[in-house]
Amino acid sequence: MLGWEFPPFISGGLGTACYGLAKALSDFGTEILFILPRGSTNQHLERVHVVSAGDKTAPRGRTQTYWTVDGLEHVKLIPVGAAITPYVTDQEYIEQRKREEQARATTVSEKAEAKPPSIDPSLPTSLGIFGTPDIYAGDLFSEVHRYARMVAEIARTNDFDIIHAHDWMTFPAGLSVAALSGKPLVVHCHSTEFDRSGTNVNQRVYDIERAGFHGASRIICVSRLTKDLVTSRYGIPESKCRVIYNAITVNGEPIFHQCQQIEKDDKIVLFLGRITMQKGPEYFLAAAKKVLQVMDNVKFIMAGSGDMIRRMIELAAAMGIGHRVTFTGFLRGDDVDRIFEMADLYVMPSVSEPFGLAPLEALSHDVPVLISKQSGVSEVLVHALKVDFWDINEMANKIVAVLRHPPLRKTLREHGSFEVRKFAWSDAAKACVDVYQEAVQNG
Amino acid sequence: MASVCFYFQVHQPFRLRRYSVFDTDTNYFDDYKNAEICRKVAQKCYLPTNRLMLELIQRHGKAFSISYSITGVALEQFQKWAPEVVDSFRALVDTGQAEILAETYYHSLAFLYSREEFRDQVTAHTAKIGETFGVRPRIFRNTELIYNNDLAHFVQGMGYAGICAEGADHVLGYRSPNYLYRPIGCDRLALMLKNYRLSDDIAFRFSDRNWAEWPLRAEKFAEWVNQVNGNGFVVNLFMDYETFGEHQWADSGIFDFLYHLPEQVLKHKDNNFMTLSQAAQAYQPVAELDIPHMVSWADMERDLSAWLGNAMQSNALHELYRLEEAVKTSGDPQLLHDWRRLQTSDHFYYMCTKWFADGDVHKYFNPYESPYDSYINFMNCLDNVRSRLRR
Repeated sequence: MLGWEFPPFISGGLGTACYGLAKALSDFGTEILFILPRGSTNQHLERVHVVSAGDKTAPRGRTQTYWTVDGLEHVKLIPVGAAITPYVTDQEYIEQRKREEQARATTVSEKAEAKPPSIDPSLPTSLGIFGTPDIYAGDLFSEVHRYARMVAEIARTNDFDIIHAHDWMTFPAGLSVAALSGKPLVVHCHSTEFDRSGTNVNQRVYDIERAGFHGASRIICVSRLTKDLVTSRYGIPESKCRVIYNAITVNGEPIFHQCQQIEKDDKIVLFLGRITMQKGPEYFLAAAKKVLQVMDNVKFIMAGSGDMIRRMIELAAAMGIGHRVTFTGFLRGDDVDRIFEMADLYVMPSVSEPFGLAPLEALSHDVPVLISKQSGVSEVLVHALKVDFWDINEMANKIVAVLRHPPLRKTLREHGSFEVRKFAWSDAAKACVDVYQEAVQNG
Repeated sequence: MASVCFYFQVHQPFRLRRYSVFDTDTNYFDDYKNAEICRKVAQKCYLPTNRLMLELIQRHGKAFSISYSITGVALEQFQKWAPEVVDSFRALVDTGQAEILAETYYHSLAFLYSREEFRDQVTAHTAKIGETFGVRPRIFRNTELIYNNDLAHFVQGMGYAGICAEGADHVLGYRSPNYLYRPIGCDRLALMLKNYRLSDDIAFRFSDRNWAEWPLRAEKFAEWVNQVNGNGFVVNLFMDYETFGEHQWADSGIFDFLYHLPEQVLKHKDNNFMTLSQAAQAYQPVAELDIPHMVSWADMERDLSAWLGNAMQSNALHELYRLEEAVKTSGDPQLLHDWRRLQTSDHFYYMCTKWFADGDVHKYFNPYESPYDSYINFMNCLDNVRSRLRR
């Protein structure tokens, strides 16, 4: 499996989905060789053990060193030193690299601290990592291809029946491995270039996606919405596509309400996600402005970071609602739990959302959700309020209703927290196994 | 004897328009859509079925009769948008073979919240029926066959000869719906219970190809009616009139079935057709029936949960009826009429969240994408009613 991100550093839905799926597959006893790109932001892993089974004298790349992770019995993790991270654009990538170069040049000691994964200090850090993080190629596309070469190298010395690649950056790797090994390739489409960039499509990314879709035996799409994009924009026959919805890990334990005692005067409406064009943050602010015309005790929280954050702060100020909108920056772990606990409503106004895990997380925190109809999750979620992302009047209408009418909140919460249990990774994993079997049988 | 008693429910609510929290006008109802639905159902169901019924009455004479309950809000809409429907009902009533039942004008749940409002609405309905058809109803049926002992007692007090209810298993137990009963504590009122198996064979299962009895023909159905002979007086077939041509489309053969049913039933010399008041007069109640809890003909549960099953529904209803006194003392007839049209049970039915099991029926002409949307819309209208009261 060519996947992404492991806890605790998960920057979005892609990592969560890969981890959830890998874990559920592992629980079924599916053996997974999980190739994990490890850029500079993805150094530290929890509950990871290094197992060095191979011959250390073998040339670099031929070693059979892999990591195991607690709780994922059948997963062998092979980290690859490639500086690719999800959700990065070509331009952002170059800027990010520049910043890192500068940091490296100025302080050697900081670099030493920042780089090695602090797993076992006695082991040389490069041992567990295939390739060295220092020799990065210049731009994102070179890095994607460099990653592909390294993965192909790993594939030579390992046994597997099927290749499962998640999103475009791993597609070249998936295609090379498929060509080398003759094994079927299943690509998993969590988002397309059209979701990420609207109509300003990067042709090179599109070409890679297209090659991946055409070269794959089966394409797993996270929603019908995504499947429609894949078939209509990339010329893929429907018969190759399968829809498998994402899921969520609900532990079934009641959530401990820390903040229950805190009296809050203000109702809180939450936006949580990357503050980028595809997430529709400006529609959230426009609706906020409308809501504040008829209610005054409401606070709007925008949690997340992204390339539009400065524009949003300025926009809120320009609209005269700056004092009612709070920007928290990127949140993780406990902070996410805490913000959900404070929220009276979670709003996901995405312009384009292939699936959208965050509403399920909100529901599992007992927070009612208002989601855009332009999201994959709205195809399957019944107990949610839904609105077209551009319809700010209706968005505001529904926000006001949730804040004003406790019975509405109650009904949404009661049914929602029940419904969210239907989204289990074990079901998604079962469906994946079916797709694997189809791919192996039909080639 | 087996007397087939048809009672058909005719109802169309005033559906609400999209009314946002930012709206301030007092036009809550979607005239365009309501007119469109009225005309559509008139073409597909009311007009062709009424034509067929008239033909059957002419063909079979006194041997064929039927009963209708037509809500005030439906009549109001027919008069506005499809007056030929009113004429065709009048033609049926004029034969003397079609009886009209009493109910609340607004097809409301008023009995659950206000006896005074309930009585007012029944009176308004009776007046409307009198002025439209020139008859006075003698049998009462409550909205969606909602019924319990208290209702029976109250309705007897209003002078009616009979009342309809659902023949639900949990109230009948071992008893048969094919007899008349006496509600506990009543001495004059006849209780007539829906034979839900035979009724639903027509209303719900008729065009279901997975049903073992499909295709249902008039001969077969008449056989089932004959089986009641000797162990029952009546076969109460109560259903929505929209069954004909709307729930069951014309191409399912439902009109053919209906056309041939009387001749097949009447082949057996002990069978006949009766209106509900004829049945109430012809047969004596066989036992007392004690139904303390509310029953209805809705969904699998046959209770109130279709309108009062979640917090939103109960909140909306309570908030609505809380305004009763203020609305009535306001002296504003338009406000009173608007408030009453908001009482129509359909508004609360749309808010039902049990729709996974009973989805199809709840979706019938449901203008909303979700029960949450319908609650939000309703509460926005109600907010506006409240603001009119403050003025």
